[in-house]
Amino acid sequence: MADFLLELLSEEIPARMQPKARNDLARMFADATGEAGLSTGAVDVHSTPRRLVLIARDVAEATEASREEVKGPRANAPAQALDGFLRKTGLTREQLEERDGVLFAVIEREGKAAADVLAETVKRIVADFPWPKSMRWGAGDLRWVRPLHGIVAILGETIVPIEIDGIASGATTVGHRFHHPGPITVGGAQDYVEKLRACHVIVDQDEREKLIAEGAAKAAGDAGLTMIEDHGLVVENAGLTEWPVPLIGRFDPDYLDVPREVIVLTMRTNQKYFACIGTDGLLAPAFVCIANIAAKDGGGAIAEGNARVLAARLADARFFWEQDVKVPLEEQAKKLDGIVFHEKLGTVADKVERVAKLARWLVEEGIVKADPNQVERAARLAKADLVTGMVGEFPELQGVVGGYLAEAQGEPKAVAEAIRDHYGAPSKPTSAAVALADKLDTICDFFAIDEKPTGSKDPFAVRRAAIASIEIIVGNGLRLALTQAVRGGLANVAGQMSTTDAAHRLDRTAPEILDFFADRLKVQQREAGVRHDLIDAVFALGSEDDLVRLLARVKALQGFVETADGTNLLTAYKRAANILKKEKWDAPGVLTSDDEQGIPQTGEEDPLVLVDEPILKEAIAEIASGQAGADLPQEKALIAALDKAEPKASAAVEKEDFAGAMAALAGLRTPIDEFFDHVTVNDPDAAKRERRLNLLLRFRDAVNQVADFSRIEG
Amino acid sequence: MSLSFQDLILTLQRYWGAQGCVLLQPYDMEMGAGTFHPATVLRALGPAPWRTAYVQPCRRPTDGRYGENPNRLGAYYQFQVVLKPSPDDLQDLYLGSLTEIGIDPLKHDIRFVEDDWESPTLGAWGLGWEVWCDGMEVTQFTYFQQVGGFECKPVTGELTYGLERLAMYIQGVDNVFDLKFNDAGVTYGDVFLENEREASEYNFEVANTDRLFEAFREAVDECELCIGHKLPIPAYEQAIKASHVFNTLQARGVISVAERQAYIGRVRDLAKAACGAWLERSA
Repeated sequence: MADFLLELLSEEIPARMQPKARNDLARMFADATGEAGLSTGAVDVHSTPRRLVLIARDVAEATEASREEVKGPRANAPAQALDGFLRKTGLTREQLEERDGVLFAVIEREGKAAADVLAETVKRIVADFPWPKSMRWGAGDLRWVRPLHGIVAILGETIVPIEIDGIASGATTVGHRFHHPGPITVGGAQDYVEKLRACHVIVDQDEREKLIAEGAAKAAGDAGLTMIEDHGLVVENAGLTEWPVPLIGRFDPDYLDVPREVIVLTMRTNQKYFACIGTDGLLAPAFVCIANIAAKDGGGAIAEGNARVLAARLADARFFWEQDVKVPLEEQAKKLDGIVFHEKLGTVADKVERVAKLARWLVEEGIVKADPNQVERAARLAKADLVTGMVGEFPELQGVVGGYLAEAQGEPKAVAEAIRDHYGAPSKPTSAAVALADKLDTICDFFAIDEKPTGSKDPFAVRRAAIASIEIIVGNGLRLALTQAVRGGLANVAGQMSTTDAAHRLDRTAPEILDFFADRLKVQQREAGVRHDLIDAVFALGSEDDLVRLLARVKALQGFVETADGTNLLTAYKRAANILKKEKWDAPGVLTSDDEQGIPQTGEEDPLVLVDEPILKEAIAEIASGQAGADLPQEKALIAALDKAEPKASAAVEKEDFAGAMAALAGLRTPIDEFFDHVTVNDPDAAKRERRLNLLLRFRDAVNQVADFSRIEG
Repeated sequence: MSLSFQDLILTLQRYWGAQGCVLLQPYDMEMGAGTFHPATVLRALGPAPWRTAYVQPCRRPTDGRYGENPNRLGAYYQFQVVLKPSPDDLQDLYLGSLTEIGIDPLKHDIRFVEDDWESPTLGAWGLGWEVWCDGMEVTQFTYFQQVGGFECKPVTGELTYGLERLAMYIQGVDNVFDLKFNDAGVTYGDVFLENEREASEYNFEVANTDRLFEAFREAVDECELCIGHKLPIPAYEQAIKASHVFNTLQARGVISVAERQAYIGRVRDLAKAACGAWLERSA
């Protein structure tokens, strides 16, 4: 058993591709050696900008020898069958064995030396590696992410000979590009990592990440600042360096009048710098950059150079800011009619119009408590920053830029905040109204033109809009009949499209959107640990489209069904429901179908046609309550319990005290259990049977006030 | 003492000349990037080996800032190096050129940061990096994969140095107009500031758009005429012309977002046709 070292040396691999490349390398190696039957111990993979490395411990010396017997055609089979079998096995007729008139091929495989398997494995890995983008170079045909220059493949202390498109494996690699540019020879897996470290290459990305995270924090700390942690940036810098050296640099504090997000973003995305905060908690005019060398002057020139680059970028940002702040957002908003939102949905200006209308409606209906004029103004200005120079330069800052501009141009604070936050799920009322209107409109828009998300396809991020809508509604406790809001949104689209097509489809589309919301709600709540069957149970009531109330019901339900009372009540409910279903008993004294064989329970064809008669009405009410002639104590007890629980439960539901409603229903547990234990529902006496079925029906309906328990699993 | 702007150019020319590059002079047409030069685009196609280096003046009308921005110019210079097939030691050769112009890689942080290159107007793309020196992009480094919609085989390696940026870096200057052009006291601003002012005014405010649209149509027609006569080089020159006219129209703000794609597609068709004709002719 020996350890195997593989290093694939190339020109700089994009940082963002390295994590997946490591996984792919490990997976492909495991697959190829696994298929060949070569056993290995633990496998480690590493990457630097210039190399992919795999170290496999305890590789077996060879694969096991194997003997396989394949049954062939009968000895007297036609020649074609025999030829086919010979071709398949690669043997001649003489090599086959005959037993009982049947031919057998015995294929013996010798164990294959580990080196041979590994050479094949490496060739396959290089040939099939799933880089997101690969290229050719020079005059060759090989493809790799960037030009591949070397292969180190050593098993134990012996080179595994491999040649791929003119690149021969060996024991030679290179150290750091500048600190140790010449060739270095490694002995194998045992000394590779330390030899490279001596040549200024830290092979393991996790170690570099740690050095960067800790070193950057320390560099900031030494300057009396706090670095803003950013794991993504740590990983990216680890993918850009073989010998990371954090350095602190400073920029002119004058630039701090540029919006903070702009400064942080340009530092992060354009320059890969960490931002810092001063002791006052505000953004400091400093940054930490990660160099790839231990510079001979200690890094002074590098820090200074980086500071100058940042200054040029901030100067550019400030130029845009100063230009943008001069133009009122209202003026910018007028240009939105030149930007197509979607060819079937008009321009961004058209969308803004719809959002403004819907946002105002949310306020006027009392759903959001805010100043309707401010809400409408915020909605009308919310997209205006899309035409500013700053958003053109930093598209990620849409909204944020608008918020700053609104503030600088003297818009009310609520309006500026709403512009800033409307792409998310904000909690301030004005912001929430605009954000919710924007998202509901997006959902209605794309359903109206039949561009709803399907499977993995959601090009217009409609699912995200629904999730954010749910967050806004639930997070802010907005009481809104979703059906009505959606119909309003759809009507806005239809109105603008000036075709009757959308209007025609309104009736069909609104329920589709509601179902879509139910699905999103289940997905979203699953993460919060809410059972999807409970959401179904409440949605199944059919009348509940107020998400806040719906979730309150679900929450109470979940609390309840997980108690002993709840579990037992659910069991009793299911039992009752099964009996009712079996007996096709769905309304007091009525069969659910015109089953000819059913016993007419009341002697009437249809008792309800007579309910205008006051006396009969009373009688039917009695039947419905199951009270008429109850004779067993358990029946009486259940009736009494229902008499007590029903009004309590309905009152609680009315007050949206669902936990209270559950508590009231919990009182039914003992009586219903007793009932099932002592009362025979299917009594030969038709009147008794009818009475008892009606009682079960009453029990079921009482429970159903809160949710459709038949949808609950368990 | 750090290199002047003109000595920077001379140093790079000497260095790449010694690598067997044909030292060409700038192409006598307006173009947006050194890549547009036929010595890059056309020569990247077909099997023949080729090495060249040249300075190319680039015009980007929309980037003009009336000479008021210290970092942005509507006209600037690129130093272009093209090696076909790309040699195995291209990165080392490139790093050698940086040492030659006075950048010490043990004092400055040189990095190859992913940046894939694509030119929709040329139907061309390649993979490579932007090369950073202390966080500043000083060179675009690309391995061409396709040009004019055709596979590049062998692959051409292309290096594009942004000369002004590089010079600003070497000289430690924060404003492009303060660059020493030579060692006799002439600055970049002395030479080009007035050009920037006038060109910005012309490109943004004055250029007659009717005549520009007409010029675009003419270039398209001439290009097609040349293709008909199987003259790839003159055809390609007309594609360059159409591309520059399109850039000026954009600076004048008369091309809508929707039309933009159509214009780019039109130029790409011309470039592709010229490249196709070149391959046929050189086959």
